[in-house]
Amino acid sequence: MRLNVLHKTHYTYDAPVPYGLQQVRLRPKSRLGQLVEEWRIDVTGGQVEVSFEDEHANAVDLVSFASGQTEIEITCAGIVDVEDKAGIVGPQGGYVPLWLFRRSTVLTTPGEHVQALADRAPANCSDLDRLHALSAHVLEQVPYSTDQTASDLTAEAVMQAGHGVCQDHAHVFITAARLLGFPARYVSGYLMMDDRVDQDASHAWAEAYVEGLGWVGFDISNGISPDARYVRVATGLDYRGAAPISGLRYGNAGEDMSVTLQVQQQ
Amino acid sequence: MAGRPTYFDEMFGHGTAARAPYADYCDWFQHEDTARLLSKSEEAEALFRLIGVTFNVYGDPDATERLIPFDLVPRIIAAREWAKVAKGIEQRVRALNAFLHDIYHRQEIVRAGRLPAEMIARNDAFLPEMIGVSPPGDIYTHIVGTDLVRTGDDEFFVLEDNARTPSGVSYMLENRETMLHMFPELFSKIKVQSVGQYPRSLRKSLSACAPDACNGRPTIAVLTPGIHNSAYYEHAFLADQMSAELVEGHDLRVVDGRVAMRTTRGYKPIDVLYRRVDDEYLDPLNFNPDSVLGVPGIMDVYRAGGITIANAPGTGIADDKAIYSYMPDIVEFYTGEKAILQNVPTHRCSEPQALKYVLDNLADLVVKEVHGSGGYGMLVGPAASKKEIEEFRAKLEAAPGNYIAQPTLALSTVPILTDAGLAPRHVDLRPFVLVSPDRIDITPGGLTRVALTEGSLVVNSSQGGGTKDTWVLEE
Amino acid sequence: MLGKTAGGLFWMFRYLERAENTARMIDAGLRISLTRSSAAESEWTSILSSTGLSAAYSEIHGAPDGPKVIDFLLRDPNNPGSIMAGIEAARMNARVVRTALTREVWEAVNECYMVLKRLLAQQVQDRDLPRVLQVIRQRSAFVRGALHGTMVRNHIYNFARIGTFFERADNTARILDQKYYILLPSVRLVGSPSDNVQWDTILRATSTTRAYQTLHDGEVDPKAIAKFLILDGRLPRSLAFCYGKIGDNLGYLEHEYETRHTCQSLSDALCSKFKAHDMNAIFDYGLHEFITDFLRDSAALGRQIEIDYRFIE
Repeated sequence: MRLNVLHKTHYTYDAPVPYGLQQVRLRPKSRLGQLVEEWRIDVTGGQVEVSFEDEHANAVDLVSFASGQTEIEITCAGIVDVEDKAGIVGPQGGYVPLWLFRRSTVLTTPGEHVQALADRAPANCSDLDRLHALSAHVLEQVPYSTDQTASDLTAEAVMQAGHGVCQDHAHVFITAARLLGFPARYVSGYLMMDDRVDQDASHAWAEAYVEGLGWVGFDISNGISPDARYVRVATGLDYRGAAPISGLRYGNAGEDMSVTLQVQQQ
Repeated sequence: MAGRPTYFDEMFGHGTAARAPYADYCDWFQHEDTARLLSKSEEAEALFRLIGVTFNVYGDPDATERLIPFDLVPRIIAAREWAKVAKGIEQRVRALNAFLHDIYHRQEIVRAGRLPAEMIARNDAFLPEMIGVSPPGDIYTHIVGTDLVRTGDDEFFVLEDNARTPSGVSYMLENRETMLHMFPELFSKIKVQSVGQYPRSLRKSLSACAPDACNGRPTIAVLTPGIHNSAYYEHAFLADQMSAELVEGHDLRVVDGRVAMRTTRGYKPIDVLYRRVDDEYLDPLNFNPDSVLGVPGIMDVYRAGGITIANAPGTGIADDKAIYSYMPDIVEFYTGEKAILQNVPTHRCSEPQALKYVLDNLADLVVKEVHGSGGYGMLVGPAASKKEIEEFRAKLEAAPGNYIAQPTLALSTVPILTDAGLAPRHVDLRPFVLVSPDRIDITPGGLTRVALTEGSLVVNSSQGGGTKDTWVLEE
Repeated sequence: MLGKTAGGLFWMFRYLERAENTARMIDAGLRISLTRSSAAESEWTSILSSTGLSAAYSEIHGAPDGPKVIDFLLRDPNNPGSIMAGIEAARMNARVVRTALTREVWEAVNECYMVLKRLLAQQVQDRDLPRVLQVIRQRSAFVRGALHGTMVRNHIYNFARIGTFFERADNTARILDQKYYILLPSVRLVGSPSDNVQWDTILRATSTTRAYQTLHDGEVDPKAIAKFLILDGRLPRSLAFCYGKIGDNLGYLEHEYETRHTCQSLSDALCSKFKAHDMNAIFDYGLHEFITDFLRDSAALGRQIEIDYRFIE
């Protein structure tokens, strides 16, 4: 499937920003089942300072604000060919040892609720079935709801809240999968929802490492493994490691962000 | 033999006659008047105060600037003794850099089963952001301070490898300056290898590691946490001696793909940053977001090849006390040779058998926190009260993985000058090593730290330690 | 050189100059209280005003009282504008810019600090006061001497000098601002002894008594004093002299950096006011208004220097 993506993130500030940086992880890479035909990032109100590959092989751009700006916009546009590989991403490449994906982070530190969820996972079945069951349990206990306004909730806090969005689902799944001994990671990317061109937001799901298969994706919110409608952009140990944009700025200007995202089949 | 000293004294050995390296010095000393020397001692102190060779003590507002006591009896090492030590240090430092490169790449040493993966996996000093990063020349630890202790004529042990930001080199240099100033006649009588070239060597060595982005003569800067840092004097001293800028985080920002400093003429890119700020505080964008000491985005520029950071982030994994216990294996794995310098036998309390042994023998052992430094959080069994031992036992049992234990070594002594004349005190030695792509440079001698309290084995300046000038004799 | 370093040099020398000037003012106040005790209180009030510390003082101590004012100005830990605090601030700035200083300059500042820390550890006894004030002036002179004798004449030196002259002119202007009315020709009471003492105080507070007498054959005349302190280019504490020097130093920076900055236009505009050398014109404009304008313009110049040479971001 050939997907056409247009993703604009627009920030406005209520006072000029003297200095600021945004770390941008918004460049999908060609890999098994995913071919990036075209991709460009344009910044207005700032400039790309450096580009590099991080430890998870994400292509990262460091963007600086032009001094005294009250607006900055990051636009990604491109075309990606995606094949349905039933969520299988393949072996671990690069230098990151698998044990790193068993490390808990601030957002994925387990507590009693996540532990209880992990304990529910069936024992006498294949790893893959076990993970699918876990994914279903997460959605069952944390139904999808956009009511939650707080972002950056820990997995344990999400369990307590009892509902969440894709990011929250991914965090709970990752935390529980690690408790079960699976290396697991967070994925940020795009999903083309079949019924619309304008998508609400970029998407997030999780991957777990299964012996023999390698990394396998689980879109907990939709109860499936990613297919040809998913563009995989960045991975990390949690949201913070794979966040599309994470920034820092001087001064105390208030920030307002709006996102427009179109994903359509070409 | 009754009254025979238990400890090896570097001046007198186990006897009463001066050992060979000290012969000329002792000859001179015999003709000196103790009262005159003691007044010289005060002179030295006044000089240190005037120059401002002070350190700050945290949490002590009344004594924000203190002097490290200086003892004017030098510690003397023969050229032959030093040659062997230097060779051992060089081997070790090569292994450290090879280890760091390996740990942040394929981790061959783990694959080969020579180091358990959990030693890295459970280690906070391992910095995932460094995975796959190859700094210029593959040098991770440019400046190393290898702490040594001596127990006998030919016995040196490595106590720890300071691969992050070893401090103290300014004391080594100022101690020598002071000795030259006070006792010029001694230096014409006894030929001592010079240490004064250190700042030039440091500059050369850092310049040799400039990134590809550098064109022309590398611009070097020293990053300090600021004037309230305990080692500020040293930061200013080194910047001054190297003709480098002394910068703080707020002087720097990312400009046109480089880390640049704000000068009176605008932003100027830095090629090599000798940072004296810990990893955690280095970059609020990538590490601790509350840090005001660092430079946002410096890790991004670093990973893009726009700046060299010395020492590299993440080198702490190599000087961790738990990793230390594997150093003989690490040296052998990367150099193919047996380690020249010995490690102190180390019990890893994370291992049940070792823990049992340690708990059974607390009164005879030194127990240290794996990630601790500066002599804090440690138990010196033979010097501790019953109560202290029991308190420590509880801490150890609660988190055994946080501790290692070592036998108490019979640390050598060197005399210091007291009102009553010469008196032996325990010492250690921190030689300073510079690593560049084509050479390893070890300053002859280093900083001798001395426990000023009789019988004490704790040499840390924060806990009553002093320093001495260290002489390595010419051949 | 780092912008922060340039700023540190500027402030280091401002603080040193300020401490020295405060010592002079204490000296002048002391003199009055010894010779004309009835005028003492108003004199201390005026000194506190010219140091800008009246409010801080009265909040703690109430009405001006000689020994209290002296202690407040010298060393009171509650007074961030005391001489001791100024010397500490100068030394702190010297530590920040340590790599820009010669060892001699650093040691002179450090020793100044160590000596004063000891001398000002407790309230100074009356009998020791003249000596302490002398030590302050002397130690400050040592730093200046080390600067002149050991520092390369480059941008580092220029920023140090700009700080010195900036503070000095500010100080002279503030003293004039407190006393302008007794220098006005219109309200002069011929031969009034009280005025003579006031004139004497102005000269004393600026350490210019002897210079004035030498250059004016001992004739004390208020208009001549005003001209002397504002326009006389021979006097190192006059506004004309200080601003001539600031203009020179900014010019050297322009030469070294090959860049002319906005602050130079501001400095030139200030200098031009002194160039006419016309005291009558200043009196016609209004002495008070002239000084008020000067203080406003010099503050603007200070801010512009800070921006042009990037002391801060």
